[in-house]
Amino acid sequence: MSEILQSLITPFQYDYMLKAIWVSALVGGVCGFLSSFVTLKGWSLMGDALSHAVVPGVSLAYILGLPFAFGAFVAGLLAAATMAFIRARSRIREDATIGIVFTTYFAAGLLLISLFPARVDLKTIILGNILGISDPDILQVIVISIVTLVVIGLKWRDLMLYCFDPNQARTIGLRTAVLHVTLLSLLAATAVAALQAVGACLVVAMLVTPGATAYLLTDRFGRMLVISAGMGVATSLAGAYASYYFNGATGGCIVTLQTLVFLAAFLFAPKHGMLASKRRIRTSEPTPV
Amino acid sequence: MSDVSVAYPNGHMALRDASFRLDSGTICALVGVNGSGKSTLFKSIMGFVKPRSGQVRINGMPVREVLKQHLVAYVPQAEEVDWQFPVSVWDVTMMGRYGAMNFLRIPRAVDKAKVEESLRRVSMWEFKDRQIGELSGGQKKRVFLARALAQGGRVILLDEPFTGVDVKTEEAIISLLRELRASGAIILVSTHNLGSVPEFCDQVVLINRTVLAYGRTSEVFTEQNLAATFGGVLRQFQFEHSTVQDHDGRAIRVLTDDERPLVFGKDGHLEYKDRDEHGELLKQRAETHE
Repeated sequence: MSEILQSLITPFQYDYMLKAIWVSALVGGVCGFLSSFVTLKGWSLMGDALSHAVVPGVSLAYILGLPFAFGAFVAGLLAAATMAFIRARSRIREDATIGIVFTTYFAAGLLLISLFPARVDLKTIILGNILGISDPDILQVIVISIVTLVVIGLKWRDLMLYCFDPNQARTIGLRTAVLHVTLLSLLAATAVAALQAVGACLVVAMLVTPGATAYLLTDRFGRMLVISAGMGVATSLAGAYASYYFNGATGGCIVTLQTLVFLAAFLFAPKHGMLASKRRIRTSEPTPV
Repeated sequence: MSDVSVAYPNGHMALRDASFRLDSGTICALVGVNGSGKSTLFKSIMGFVKPRSGQVRINGMPVREVLKQHLVAYVPQAEEVDWQFPVSVWDVTMMGRYGAMNFLRIPRAVDKAKVEESLRRVSMWEFKDRQIGELSGGQKKRVFLARALAQGGRVILLDEPFTGVDVKTEEAIISLLRELRASGAIILVSTHNLGSVPEFCDQVVLINRTVLAYGRTSEVFTEQNLAATFGGVLRQFQFEHSTVQDHDGRAIRVLTDDERPLVFGKDGHLEYKDRDEHGELLKQRAETHE
């Protein structure tokens, strides 16, 4: 018995594991919070795009010895501005615009990494390396998290109204352009933080899956925020912990866990789950629209 | 609104030299074909588009100032709303109060009282905890009307409020608009429901890329003006040798810009099924007349 217990607490005896677990949980929670807005605003593709578009910023920051978060954030906002510019000044549709811009940035990032291989590790950026995260990097993640949590904590109602009905937001005097940029900046910032935990390829999962899961479970925005954040924390914590035993990539473990939770909600959610819909059809109850 | 012209970045001139004036305590219909600039006109009143020339003034104030005082309320078209959004009837109505709340938008007692009063006025109080997608078309409209009430707007813009709404709800909406008029509000309603315009609108603005005519319904809502506004888009039905008559015994004419009505002949057969067939029928008749 005590052997089992001993093996269960083994991960906590290593400093790097402890760090990985709590940093993952923090990032997971912050991404989870934001994911509610991302899913409702329909910005999933935008999240994916930003998480790839930050790569040249990260590379350049490491090459120049600047804080990685700074470089990434600037690159992310530049990418968003490029997309907005092309969208406004041409007839090209939004999905094509996003596709072109983020791959351009990502390609530039890959090029930079291949030119300066000693400074940056491609694997770290693409797949994340939470087990080897340095203290300055942790500090940046903490700063991003605090800023994001404070902004959402203070302004979630405005952001919700902006996602739901931007016209109403404007008519009652809210500055929607500011809200738009705020949400976009938070998205870029959390994408940067999540990069550390799961890598560029899987960031979008952290920014979408918890929100999508919560959306299946509730019809109230406040509850949705709590569920998605809670799910982000729980899956990241458990995923990082489990990665010790599987000896697998932390990002892979976290995102796989999130997918499992999503699948459970997809099937068994009391009202919006697949089985509930089937049951309704059988009992010919009218479907809630 | 005086000499307002609006052009979009792609060069499309949506509105040219549009001018009209409404007094407080008015219900005014905004009538025109799709793409005639109705939405653009709404947008310029809400300050979403900046006129290239001319100006919009409400109570003598520019739009920016009016928006700061939350005086313009907007009831959107049903298609503009994401009905799956996880908000309740109560939440949506409360959104009308955001402008009056503090930085954190935490509802005070006065906000809650206002929301309750508004929901009761549109008979939606019992549904306050429902998710908005779980309502009927008419109930959805009433919730957004309640939001405008809660906001306390003095200029209320309604975009196609009668689309997808049953007759009972239409009557309820109209009687509510009359109450608002009595309290001095200006209500601007864009509608395709031409038949109901003379019934409840004091004034009409006819629009086709510019304001063609505006003024009292009885003066402006004439066959000639409507023909100019719709420029051939309008359907006209003339009943000759028919039992359909106006109350004073004259044969009547029907104007509509709604979907094509089904027309049955005297013996109860369908007169025509499609446009070509209709054209063919008209041609044949013309020939036999000759």
